[in-house]
Amino acid sequence: MPAKRIIPCLDVRNGRTVKGINFEGLADVGDPVELGARYAAEGADELVYLDISASKEERSTFTDLVRRIAERINIPFTVGGGISSVEDAARLLEAGADKITVNSAAVSNPQLITDIATRYGRQFVVVAIDAKEIDGVWRVTTHGGSRLTDRELFEWAAEVERRGAGEILFTSMDHDGTRNGYPDETYARLCASLSIPVIASGGAGCVDDIANVLDRGTADAALAASIFHYGEITINSLKRQLSERGIEVRL
Amino acid sequence: MIAVIDYGMGNIRSLGNALQRLGAEWRLTADPEIIRSASHVILPGVGNAAEAMANLTERNLPEVLWRLRHPVLGICVGMQVMCRHTEEGDVDGMGIFDAKVRRFTEQPGVKVPHMGWSPLTNMESKLFKGIEKGSYVYFVHSYFAPLCPDTIATSRHPGLFSAALKYENYYGTQFHPEKSGEVGERILRNFLEL
Repeated sequence: MPAKRIIPCLDVRNGRTVKGINFEGLADVGDPVELGARYAAEGADELVYLDISASKEERSTFTDLVRRIAERINIPFTVGGGISSVEDAARLLEAGADKITVNSAAVSNPQLITDIATRYGRQFVVVAIDAKEIDGVWRVTTHGGSRLTDRELFEWAAEVERRGAGEILFTSMDHDGTRNGYPDETYARLCASLSIPVIASGGAGCVDDIANVLDRGTADAALAASIFHYGEITINSLKRQLSERGIEVRL
Repeated sequence: MIAVIDYGMGNIRSLGNALQRLGAEWRLTADPEIIRSASHVILPGVGNAAEAMANLTERNLPEVLWRLRHPVLGICVGMQVMCRHTEEGDVDGMGIFDAKVRRFTEQPGVKVPHMGWSPLTNMESKLFKGIEKGSYVYFVHSYFAPLCPDTIATSRHPGLFSAALKYENYYGTQFHPEKSGEVGERILRNFLEL
């Protein structure tokens, strides 16, 4: 198996990296290209850039940004946010993105996964799944967890794989933002049910949380934002600590 | 000038960007004259190997590539089509490397595609000058070249496979040097210095 990957996630709005503070307001945490380059130099294995722009004008800024990221960054990077058509994906591929991630649009139009994967290969498609546990059933949500769907996590993940996704980025909306760790058993079950890699997201508060989801949860990668942005822990230090716990990482 | 072969296979922007970062002059081309007069030739490739081979043949590129005397580098699918045969679409390749490309077998704990960073071992070529054993490089592939006399580096998934191949002036890497951080940049630079 390849090394477990550590993936910083950068939310981008209007060309700047932003980070929510206690669900109110957004703090500017820097230039996305510079921040990405710094993370790459510190040992990030990949980067994820999410466009959280509100308007169409801001969206075109994002494509230009993707072009600048591609010129500068020497590791793979994924982009997402608002991708709802093959054309959106094509535009970002052309700008230099290695992978794209789709979420809500894939739930309302699963054919989108098939179409993008057929055209550009499964390595290009990361499907993000947000779910929350309700009465013992993991239900898929969309629009940042605000809308509950009829889909069940494991069935949807299997369909997504069948349709050509190259990876799944799973976030538990029950854990996201809590900094209390990930639902490790759910990750382990999800990983065992799929043959494509699973990236864990949302919930990391400390090194142990990440170690647990990679080890007990058997996730292939962990994605995190705030613990890196505010310099609570550097990527290099995190990876050294994971390595000391016997987890294979690229150092 | 470096000729990057244009044969309609995937995105070459990241390779172009990597060459740019190294300060190299490069050109995307399928013109036999430009390919022959280039100092180095790179055959990139993302996607399906059978389609890649068909696209090369359609453009009469195999006979141009076969006769080159300067350094040629195939990357990922570009390397696979330089092998004798590939299981992907059951097609013959250019036969430069003495290997038959096979698919990884899915088994518990082994994911296909092999996607991510794996360490390089058994490196035996100037291509890896200054690269330490165990250095990680980035792979994305479902098919692999088994070990053969042309193997110049190996990696594991979970068995050993050829991470890089060499025959005379022809080189191939299964991994993506253009996405492999500083290690990848060094490997590309080594190739350009051949």
